[in-house]
Amino acid sequence: MQEKTMDIPAFDVAHVRQEFPILERKVNGQPLVYFDNAATVQKPQSVIDALVHYYSHYNANIHRGVHSLAQEATQAYEDARKTIQQHINAEHAHEIIFTMGTTDAINLVMQSWGRSELHQGDTVLISALEHHSNMVPWHLLKQEKGIHIEVIPIHEDGSLNMEAYAELLQNGVKLVCVNHVSNALGSINPIKKMVQLAHEAGAKTMIDGAQALPHAKVDVRDLNADFYAFSGHKVYGPTGIGILYGKEALLNQMPPWRGGGEMIASVTYQSSTYNTLPHKFEAGTPNIAGGIVLGSAIDFVNTLGVENIERHEAQLLNYLVEKAAHIDGLKVYGTAKEKAGVFSFLVDGTHPYDVGTLLDQMGVAVRTGHHCAEPLMNHFGIPGTIRASFACYNTFEEVDVFVHSLERALKMLR
Amino acid sequence: MESLAERKAEILDEFMMFDDWMQKYEHIIELGKELPLIDEQYKTEEHLIKGCQSRVWLHANEGDAGLVHFTADSDAIITKGLIALMIRYMGDLPAKDVAQADMGFIQEIGLQDHLSPTRSNGLVSMVKQMKLYGMALAAKQSS
Ligand SMILES: Cc1ncc(COP(=O)(O)O)c(C=O)c1O
Repeated sequence: MQEKTMDIPAFDVAHVRQEFPILERKVNGQPLVYFDNAATVQKPQSVIDALVHYYSHYNANIHRGVHSLAQEATQAYEDARKTIQQHINAEHAHEIIFTMGTTDAINLVMQSWGRSELHQGDTVLISALEHHSNMVPWHLLKQEKGIHIEVIPIHEDGSLNMEAYAELLQNGVKLVCVNHVSNALGSINPIKKMVQLAHEAGAKTMIDGAQALPHAKVDVRDLNADFYAFSGHKVYGPTGIGILYGKEALLNQMPPWRGGGEMIASVTYQSSTYNTLPHKFEAGTPNIAGGIVLGSAIDFVNTLGVENIERHEAQLLNYLVEKAAHIDGLKVYGTAKEKAGVFSFLVDGTHPYDVGTLLDQMGVAVRTGHHCAEPLMNHFGIPGTIRASFACYNTFEEVDVFVHSLERALKMLR
Repeated sequence: MESLAERKAEILDEFMMFDDWMQKYEHIIELGKELPLIDEQYKTEEHLIKGCQSRVWLHANEGDAGLVHFTADSDAIITKGLIALMIRYMGDLPAKDVAQADMGFIQEIGLQDHLSPTRSNGLVSMVKQMKLYGMALAAKQSS
């Protein structure tokens, strides 16, 4: 999320689109306009090929075989870990834990760190913007242990209230859970500052980066986050794979959560000793293909350049905001100064569900509903919004189609 | 009184008139505006149908000549249109007919392919609820 636009060469979206075979599809007879990227993004050919290549050429179980295929697969899996380490600038590759996704990563932290470090009466701060995945795991711990959950409020524009945050930190907080970018509103939260304040107050931080990785350069060491989670499928990779980054010292202190093969050093019938990082947290045969292909997805992002993607999406968003301003009765939710890739809105006199249905008939895919942030929707007193969200392959022409289709839908509905 | 089969044929004919799905949706929206509205007093949790992204309230009572009479509402107009369509098909019929109504015509109109999974789940729960009313009333009437 750094301002660095001067020295980047022009970004050729027509060329980028050729990498995504699904974009040739028609939906309901119309060319697909895919604006549901915050839910999951489409995959480039290089990622699809990497998946096929793994299963066609070197599928084998990793870490335990002596044969060549096992060595190749292990090498590729561990190389992917390094690619991800470098991408988010973690200090060590073993600070990168493969999980099933963001949700799984946060649950790992809850089950391992949370259950051993949090006790009755301890406070966990969550932001009002959280996705259910950074909320519900802490509800489970609240039920089990009687921890307190407090909420960092937001301003009307969808940015976090930092004064309230600083104040809440005064009451002996143990953990701060906040997303880097809100999936429902697109607000970019000042994570570096928030981590710093949390640390000054003696709290650890669980950052949900699911919506940040696809749109911005993330540097976990610069942020100084204790835990940072993201999902592969939102960053051009496959589903079923994600990452938990944790600081080495913390991960070392934490007990394993799942038991099984791979995560042990030695086992007798009565007890076991545990393997070192990262294997301690990766019991059983992992999603080998997913891990390797996530590495390819990160390569794809780096080939395009995160800054290029960020700038292109910001231009699309500005263009849409400008065009949508002319639509009567349209109200945007989330107008924070710092925003990434998300346009969340409602139109007077219409239900989001109806609008979404008609847009779909015209080939435009958007998300409607509460976006797994029900408390946030309740805060605004609305059942949900319509959300258009961007990826690197979206175009200004698609924004035009979207606005035109939206106007047509509204004419039918109002 | 028309039979279920006659009603179904009529609805199918009507939908055949439109060549594209935007027109069909336009028609559904028009139907929504004619939905026999539920009395405000019944817009309660108890009359809310689960499984819809939009909220749907449905009420049934024994109307004229012992027929099942439905009224409903929704906050989404397309949903209202779909309910109106179901009520046109199943409403004001003897309870045992309502209980036996089949949903096949949704498929025949081709609606199934044009509804999101949540919407079609919502529709299924709605029809289930309507048939349950039919069954309950049929049981009451025969006892
Ligand atoms: C901000 C945010 N956090 C967490 C998640 C959950 O990610 P996943 O379902 O991949 O675990 C999402 C995805 O919808 C998200 O947008």
